[in-house]
Amino acid sequence: MRIGRRGFFKIAAVTAGAAGAASASAALPHAEGTDTPGVLVDTTLCVGCRACEAACAEKNALPAPPASDDVMKQRRDTAPQVFTVVNRAEKEDGTVRFAKKQCMHCLAPGCASACPVRAMDKTPAGPVVYDPSKCMGCRYCMIACPFDVPKYEYDSWKPRVRKCGFCADRQAKGLKPACTEVCPSGALTFGHRAELIELAKTRIYTNPGKYVPHVFGEHEAGGTSWLYITDVDLEKLALRTDVPEKDIPSLVSGALGAPPFVMTLWPPLLMGLYAFSRRRDTVEGDAQENAKEDRHG
Amino acid sequence: MASAQAGAAVAAHPSFVREKILLGMSVREYVRSCCTPANAVAAAILVVGVPILVYRFIAGLGATTALSQTAPWGLWIGFDMMTGIALAAGGFTIGATVQLFGLKAYHPIERPAILTAFLGYVMAVIGLLADLGRPWNIVMAIFNYGTASALFEVAWCVMCYTTVLLLEFTVPVFEWLGWKKLHSVMRNALIGLTVLSVMFSTMHQSALGSLFLLAPTKLHPLWYTPYIFVFFFISAIIAGISMVIVESMLSHRAFHSQVAGQHVDIDKLTLGLGKAGALVMFAYFFLKLQGVIDGHAWGYLATGYGAWFLVEIVGFVLVPALLFAYGSRNGNVTLVRVAAVMGVLSIILNRLNVSIVAFNWNQPVRYVPSVSEVIVSITLVTIGVLAFRWIVNRMPILREDPRFAEGHH
Ligand code: SF4
Ligand code: SF4
Repeated sequence: MRIGRRGFFKIAAVTAGAAGAASASAALPHAEGTDTPGVLVDTTLCVGCRACEAACAEKNALPAPPASDDVMKQRRDTAPQVFTVVNRAEKEDGTVRFAKKQCMHCLAPGCASACPVRAMDKTPAGPVVYDPSKCMGCRYCMIACPFDVPKYEYDSWKPRVRKCGFCADRQAKGLKPACTEVCPSGALTFGHRAELIELAKTRIYTNPGKYVPHVFGEHEAGGTSWLYITDVDLEKLALRTDVPEKDIPSLVSGALGAPPFVMTLWPPLLMGLYAFSRRRDTVEGDAQENAKEDRHG
Repeated sequence: MASAQAGAAVAAHPSFVREKILLGMSVREYVRSCCTPANAVAAAILVVGVPILVYRFIAGLGATTALSQTAPWGLWIGFDMMTGIALAAGGFTIGATVQLFGLKAYHPIERPAILTAFLGYVMAVIGLLADLGRPWNIVMAIFNYGTASALFEVAWCVMCYTTVLLLEFTVPVFEWLGWKKLHSVMRNALIGLTVLSVMFSTMHQSALGSLFLLAPTKLHPLWYTPYIFVFFFISAIIAGISMVIVESMLSHRAFHSQVAGQHVDIDKLTLGLGKAGALVMFAYFFLKLQGVIDGHAWGYLATGYGAWFLVEIVGFVLVPALLFAYGSRNGNVTLVRVAAVMGVLSIILNRLNVSIVAFNWNQPVRYVPSVSEVIVSITLVTIGVLAFRWIVNRMPILREDPRFAEGHH
């Protein structure tokens, strides 16, 4: 088992080449420009009519949502066949508030960064969309989403991940997302995200004391396309508010930067160690040989 | 009638089938030799487990697992994948010790360690295929590069490293088959393969930890740390060392005929490994503490999860570290073996804690594996053990093939 210096360099060179290729690979596309589409949800305007639920179901060919408003007595979550739900909460003074939950279409989406095959991906136009033909069903996107949005068809032998796709097809045709089109109360405003943030802040500043002074989604998880302003705790309206400020992909990028170093540094280091241990062996061997010869002599 | 035909077939190639596959027995003798209580248990497990595995692919995950919208990962990821791969770390740990650091004394345990690693990976991959919703799309990983994903790194490293292990394993296979030319080619490639194995293992043992980096709000603060990938790598080394000790104890007991007449001082090797185990485990213990300090998670120590965390890092890290240290210093092999068993349990516990127990700890509905999930996991372990035994009984794993022995340097 002998490896000459040439072999050593060959191995080091091959692995270093692989490392270079890996580090040059493309990063995830970022749609951070002011052009990104968004929706502002104003929970103080929402009347809880659930027209958005019905429109979403129709657009996405999902079963129609339950007709009775009794369903709002319980906290509901999105499901494989339900891309959006309206939840209800009561304020201390007895007024009722509603909020719609759906995919937030993060600017740097955890789900898309987690997907090893890019079945979940952020389109340059902004929506985060899913392609079942690439998906291998690892469900890492579900682990990654800080808002617990993607849902899985566990009962199928050919399951899909299911979530709101921001009506990417409608948007491509210049149409609004179906839910925002039907909303009768003005609770949902579709537009450019940057402008929506302005709008949200204007509403907060011109109505002092009315809102919680915070635009949910401006910075959460590195910023999301869907933004909320509210006068109740959004947690009560079944939104997950414990999300980190940093975007999810950046939590991982440090650790993922390591492979190229491992690939370039380990081989020469290990081969060096090997060369050292071999040399030690030969030196010891020689010493023994010499000792033997001495005795003979 | 059937056996008579089979007998005739065997007679036609007595030299190969009879010697290599049937251990020199006739078919009837061989079948009879297989009728042991241990095999009966194994057969019972397979009879139940394999149909469940098949049923999973027909009926879907919902029918066979307790997975839910809040628990997308369960036992098959937490045990079969996370734990299986950690316990297979003996392959690269011992490989590096022997091939790269030149500690040739450990050569006798190198092959069983590599074989265990190889089988461990194959079983982990089968478990993964069972867990994937659309396993046929696994080939997509070759064409679509989700390079921002830790899982992408895991997938590629598992693919590459399983191949490396397979190649390393061909050395004893070629000895078994008596193919001298190919054998010497692979023998010479062993150094390069060992370098690759250390490289891939470093990357993906830690990448398995990186998987959880993106879930700071879902993994309990006592387990979540930005350094979790370092913890996974170091604990994988502990797993590797512990597994090799446990395994050499078991296999040298179970396969006396294989080791008879060999002058390998397993006790001495065990003590040496114990010393290494103590070192790595102490380092791991202090790093885990550092993780708690760093994450300002002290407050949680007083909760139920805190108690469970202490069980893990005191009961299954500090205690075995002390046992390793005491045992190897005082030449107490039994103590070192006890520590190694605890070390193996320690890694199983840690991986299950991170991926199941402490994951989604703040959700109202908790995941408890279904009976089918448990049976499938047991089935995979059983298949691994049977494959190990089948191979060890035939190929030069625990002993050297005398015809090839002179090739050793
Ligand atoms: S809310 Fe969840 S599913 Fe939607 S883009 Fe963000 S990470 Fe993805
Ligand atoms: S389940 Fe599908 S979409 Fe989600 S991360 Fe895995 S491969 Fe990507």
